Amino acid sequence: MDATGQMVLANRLADGRVVFLAADGSWVEDLAGGAMAADADAGERLLVAARLAESSNTVVEPYLIAVRQVAGGRQPVAWREAIRAAGPTVRTDLPGGSHVPLR
Amino acid sequence: MYRYDEFDHTLVAERIATFRRQVQRRLSGDLTEDQFKPLRLMNGLYLQLHAYMLRVNIPYGCLSARQLRKLAGIARRYDRGFGHFTTRQNIQYNWIRLDETPDVLAALADVEMNAMQSSGNCVRNITADQFAGRARDEVEDPRPWCELIRQWSILHPEFSYLPRKFKIAVSGATVDRAAVKFHDVGLYLRRDADGVVGFEVIVGGGQGRLPYVGHTIREWLAKEDLLSYLEAILRIYNLGGRRDNPQKARIKVQVNALGPDEFRRLVDEEWEQIRQSPLLAVPRAEIERIAAYFADPLWATLPDEPAAIAHQRRVEPGFDDWYRANVVDHRTPGYAIVNLSLKSPGIAPGDLTADQMDKVADLAERFSLGELRVSHRQNLVFPDVRQRDLHGLWRELGQLSLATPNIGQLTDIIACPGLDFCALANARAIPVAQDIGRHFSDSAVLQDIGELTINISGCMNACGHHHVGHIGILGVEKNGQEFYQLTLGGSSGEDASLGDRLGRSISAAEVPPAIEAIVERYRSLRLAGERFLDTYRRVGIEPFKEAVYGTRPERPRAVA
Repeated sequence: MDATGQMVLANRLADGRVVFLAADGSWVEDLAGGAMAADADAGERLLVAARLAESSNTVVEPYLIAVRQVAGGRQPVAWREAIRAAGPTVRTDLPGGSHVPLR
Repeated sequence: MYRYDEFDHTLVAERIATFRRQVQRRLSGDLTEDQFKPLRLMNGLYLQLHAYMLRVNIPYGCLSARQLRKLAGIARRYDRGFGHFTTRQNIQYNWIRLDETPDVLAALADVEMNAMQSSGNCVRNITADQFAGRARDEVEDPRPWCELIRQWSILHPEFSYLPRKFKIAVSGATVDRAAVKFHDVGLYLRRDADGVVGFEVIVGGGQGRLPYVGHTIREWLAKEDLLSYLEAILRIYNLGGRRDNPQKARIKVQVNALGPDEFRRLVDEEWEQIRQSPLLAVPRAEIERIAAYFADPLWATLPDEPAAIAHQRRVEPGFDDWYRANVVDHRTPGYAIVNLSLKSPGIAPGDLTADQMDKVADLAERFSLGELRVSHRQNLVFPDVRQRDLHGLWRELGQLSLATPNIGQLTDIIACPGLDFCALANARAIPVAQDIGRHFSDSAVLQDIGELTINISGCMNACGHHHVGHIGILGVEKNGQEFYQLTLGGSSGEDASLGDRLGRSISAAEVPPAIEAIVERYRSLRLAGERFLDTYRRVGIEPFKEAVYGTRPERPRAVA
């Protein structure tokens, strides 16, 4: 069975882009660079750190998402979060579109 | 077109300056997100799945070539090179930065555009028939009245914090192309028995979680009473709307809870108090001043050219297809109304790239007196094309992939941004539209099917108007997966109706075959001259249910 964990996802305040909380407290755009909590307690600690960043106006609406470790990288469990992490599945002809394969 | 006067310029400039300060205070932390959110929404700025989204008003769908060029420039400079036209005749940018939004608003103000009240619990962009002022079936041009309502409702002190958003549509035509009966207030310009033009007033229509066809609460209202009557409606709503429950806060819930007769009585009672108010009476001179902006352009004196067009249609079948589907009669001899399809196969419905916008602006100047329109079905319109230019325009539009001959046909699909962009969505809408577009690529088949609208929404909020599609498709989420619920028999026209649910929801892959099964059943059942909607209304839902699900409604047969 694939390993699962939790990550914190938010929108960056200034530009709204999707970002993930990294282990050093920074926010990164790449899912692979974010901190992954292995259990609920660790997830809760990540969320506390994220809320601090929210109150210092770095990010907006942080929350925990479930992420699965699969061959080739990480994959958010929920479809909505997978689209948030990878970008729209349409307009892949234009900058900013990134294709999420249909499940 | 309407031009800003000094009040409009001042109002918009002050609003931008205020918002610039609000953005700075948000970025510096002086405002929390909870404090800032209602302020940004009042300026059309949402936070979506991937970025901020800015919704820009296109008042009653009217746009100049100059404005479209500015929209292209904004798409290039501040977004990712494209924009999305919506079912409220607006344009949305999907990748706007918060810190650049005041600059975007300032750029819009350069061409007399704004994003005020494109969100929030207030009166939204007034929508209208996209053929306003040009249609042959029109009693009177609705645009001056739309503009009057716009001016009355912008920053109206009493109606800036309504229980919920409030949408108004106006049509002066006999064919309803503006979904008037599905608005909080819908207005039809009508003649009374003496031939005097006034308004039929319809209240409490809407879609979303609780869809209703609006009720006529006044068959005919004198023009000079328009604002006092609207004010009375808004007051009754503002006082009695359900502020305790956002899902029941629209006027449609109030109207249907009270019943239309009681709602009318309350409005009339209020109206009697205020109808003599000099603040609300519409002075004839003011209406004439506004109407002058919408005066007929200097059309050339031209003959209709049926022989030349007939010849071109004979020798070029592609032109013939386009002419039949996308060209509409104009009320002036020698001219035509042209629909530009933003629904070429594989493209997100309503999307236009910055390069296309620039080229369309050029074409509008060359072929349509510099003006264009946005329709609520997410297409563009050139309102004033010389018939002798139609063939040349068709060739130019073809170069831009904007001449797909499918207006009003199955592939002219309305789709909301869905889960690809929208924070509220449960499922994607655009890829479903693209799949259907690819599945039905034979224009001869599409022509044979004839008039058939498909509307797709990614959630119950129904921005994609699924309730009123001849075939409606609603995206739902089940256990983290996308599924789609079909409805049949909806109509947003003067024969308004809500679609009936066909059966259990199906997967995205099952949608195109299910549509094909429905269409094939229609083709086998139709009588001469019957559109899909006519056949559906005659035979009911059962034959279509059987076509899709067979005798086992739990499993789609068409896709087994």
